[in-house]
Amino acid sequence: MNITINGTLQDLGDAGTLGQLLKCLDINPERVAVMVNDRIIPRAERDGSVLKEGDRVEILTFMGGG
Amino acid sequence: MNDGLKLNLGGREFDSRLIMGTGKFASTEIMIDAIRASGTQLVTVALRRFNRERPSDDLLGPLLKLGVTLVPNTSGARNSSEAVRAAMLGRELSGSPFVKVEIHPNPHHLMPDPIETYEACRELAKHGFIVLPYMPADPVLAKRLEDVGCAAVMPLGSAIGTGHGLSTAEMVRLIIADSGIPVIVDAGLRAPSEAAAAMEMGCSAVLVNSAIAAAGHPAEMAAAFAMAVKTGLAARRAGLMSRSDHAVATSPLTSFLAGA
Repeated sequence: MNITINGTLQDLGDAGTLGQLLKCLDINPERVAVMVNDRIIPRAERDGSVLKEGDRVEILTFMGGG
Repeated sequence: MNDGLKLNLGGREFDSRLIMGTGKFASTEIMIDAIRASGTQLVTVALRRFNRERPSDDLLGPLLKLGVTLVPNTSGARNSSEAVRAAMLGRELSGSPFVKVEIHPNPHHLMPDPIETYEACRELAKHGFIVLPYMPADPVLAKRLEDVGCAAVMPLGSAIGTGHGLSTAEMVRLIIADSGIPVIVDAGLRAPSEAAAAMEMGCSAVLVNSAIAAAGHPAEMAAAFAMAVKTGLAARRAGLMSRSDHAVATSPLTSFLAGA
């Protein structure tokens, strides 16, 4: 299954849920905000959010800024 | 609007009147030392894509440990709808109700877009955010932003990162004279004396980033800004003397030396 993660197209096999994707990418779920197809998926909904072919996932974090 | 002992933003109170930005620091350690030295309780952060190659760039962990309140900004947004989305993401990630709205589509001068800023602020205030807009030093816009529910207005002192100081001083004075919400000078400050001057003229706080991050010794500069902000506020409260167009003697001018 092809999913675009932060602008890069990736073949993930069976990606499952958003929660599983974060675990698979070794990302601390408390340290990121996530959008799928421009919609923000709240932390509590990630495990119930099933990814599908062609989804665009944006994983965001905080960096320094003024 | 700095009559209270504490800075009040949307019902939240803060002892420190120095807000710090976290950009441009040479390392996270240097940034943390500067935040500690500044005594700040509010720090701004920006959103960006997670980078697997550089997971140590993440600032949320270190900042949460410091116990400061986060103010996610909307940097990168080119219009109001992008800014609203960035604010929602910032709130989801930080849990903080604060947002610094910044929409500056032109990288040459980074001047805030007043129309998009106004639209974004109106929308975000409706969604319950404590909205702090980075804005041009325009007294009319400042009132309009107050009317739509902003918790403060943050006029620029000069262009971001230029260090040209309080070049908008006269406009900032006008904003303060009419404002029912705190006025915070954001951007352009270089020297602590400029922060003191902003507080003396009645600003409720200042937001400083480049002047600290790009200083020879950031932590020392952060401490210097903290002192300057306190000094400026104390001077404002003490009541500055009025100006006179002619000299007013401090010693008696009786001409007893002229020979009686």
